[in-house]
Amino acid sequence: MDFGPFLLLATMEGLVMAAVLALTASGLSLVFGVMRVVNVAHGEFFMLGAVLAWFVAEAAPGPPWLGFMAALAVAPLLVASVAALADTLILRRLNYEPEATIVATIGLLYILQQAALTFYGPDARPVVAPFDWRIQLPWFGWSGYKLFVIAAACAILTGLWLLLSRTRIGLVMRATQYDSETARAFGIDVDRVYAGVFALGAALAAVAAVLIVPIQQAHYLMGGDPLLLAFIVVIIGGLGSLRGTLVAALLIGLSDGIIGVFFSPTVAKIIATLFVAMVLILRPQGLFGRRPA
Amino acid sequence: MTGAGGKALALHLGVIGLLLALHFILPPYHHTNLARVMVLAVFAMGYNITFGYTGMLSLGHALFFASGLYATGLLIQHGAWSAGPGLVAGVLAGGAMALAVGLLALRTTGVAFMIVTLMFAQAGYLAILYFGSWTRGDEGFVLDRAARAIGPFDLSDDATRYLVALALFSVALLVNLRLARSPSGRVLVAIRENEERTRMLGYDPWRHRLGALALSGLYCGAAGAAYGLLFGYVGATFASIQYSILPLLYVLLGGAGTVLGPFLGTLLMFYLIDLSSAVTDAHLMVVGVALLALVLFAPRGLLGALRARFLPWLP
Repeated sequence: MDFGPFLLLATMEGLVMAAVLALTASGLSLVFGVMRVVNVAHGEFFMLGAVLAWFVAEAAPGPPWLGFMAALAVAPLLVASVAALADTLILRRLNYEPEATIVATIGLLYILQQAALTFYGPDARPVVAPFDWRIQLPWFGWSGYKLFVIAAACAILTGLWLLLSRTRIGLVMRATQYDSETARAFGIDVDRVYAGVFALGAALAAVAAVLIVPIQQAHYLMGGDPLLLAFIVVIIGGLGSLRGTLVAALLIGLSDGIIGVFFSPTVAKIIATLFVAMVLILRPQGLFGRRPA
Repeated sequence: MTGAGGKALALHLGVIGLLLALHFILPPYHHTNLARVMVLAVFAMGYNITFGYTGMLSLGHALFFASGLYATGLLIQHGAWSAGPGLVAGVLAGGAMALAVGLLALRTTGVAFMIVTLMFAQAGYLAILYFGSWTRGDEGFVLDRAARAIGPFDLSDDATRYLVALALFSVALLVNLRLARSPSGRVLVAIRENEERTRMLGYDPWRHRLGALALSGLYCGAAGAAYGLLFGYVGATFASIQYSILPLLYVLLGGAGTVLGPFLGTLLMFYLIDLSSAVTDAHLMVVGVALLALVLFAPRGLLGALRARFLPWLP
């Protein structure tokens, strides 16, 4: 294959990666932005979404698309309730103290991983794609499902943006983010907002996982990479800034796809991690974030 | 003050004496386990110097442990060094790596510091995988029995191994005790408690933090180098995130900011996992539940709680 088509393929793969990453990272960013909680278990919510999708798709009768749609609806809801429970039982009792919550979410990470290993097993298993349709380009064929992933991610992110900027729920969230004390004084149930935000963040990771699972199989250790990449994206975009997160997801997804195709994926990851460390050291507010007043 | 100092010194020498006595009576299985626990406890003590005393939560200490492990392992395996100089190189590698990371990472604090250390450790782990032709990646490599001797002492021999681990542990423990009671150690605690006030009193927090991190790196490097020599295996697992979490867990369990806490935490956690594996193979669950329980119900750890209640003189 020539260089041009090869680059096109790398870009398209990078876009799929960016779409999934944008969903996962926006969940992490939302949780950090509103609650100031660094959720180390975020990758495990991703993994849980994929694993639950497999269970739902297996259990659902009828054609593959029905099973997939059921998984897309049910898995994020289940993951969201697990997250809401974790928030109520653990994080709230720690008063969201930063170091304690990090240790607690590390504990949660291990518990979720073990639960998946025990109940799902060590094997990687795929969920069948809802449809099997190929786009034939002059140089190579490309799975139409990947196009669907990109479109779905765009739709969900638009929905998230509308939710945050145009609805009362979004207003309450932003008020809590801005000043939780004052929000409480104005009668906002901050505890419920926090539980809701934590659940929403986890659900976004789970949706991303359900979308990716027909391409990449579900496995109990699959949470590590998305966690690391989501961290990278959120930091480069500026902790808590949703717009920055989306731009960074596009940047990292594309460059990871392209560098990964042309060079070794390990080198791509080393560069990305060192880059993040340097961003945090030299520009702690992120590349696109604003310095806090 | 001398009374409390004398009591503390007697307690720590007593622990070392007890460990020496155990050398003669323990059955082989627990004998080897305890040697391993002592080496890991040195790692945990190193972690405790940054986390417990200075109040910096790092998620990247596996990097310093692995620096020691790989510096020693690679020099012996590929550089044909002998074990003695290899060990020294490992200790220094841990310290040098911590110094380098500290120079960059200490520009940040709190959450950013955790993530920066995590990222550096991850980059180190990936680098070990990337240079697989030398490190053999995840699979790792085994150090030759013949190469694991310092002078007349064969480190692969069970009795020698235990005594070398004990010697390393004793030095680390006594240095740690000395640090905890020294003026510099008190400055570290002051930085943890109130950085601004410490600065106002004329101390430079940044320099003290860097010093603490470098010392911590020397500890971790020593533990890593000794681990490679004593147990003869060098692998990328020791650089993974899990080995950054384990010392945190040990220190939290035993009591952050206590001299004996890291050892107690390592010992208890090691045997908790060991004993629970008879009942279940869900190790991760044990670690996860222990972390949650500690942070929810006993944030000061065992010795921290003991000190607050009964033993105010405990260093």
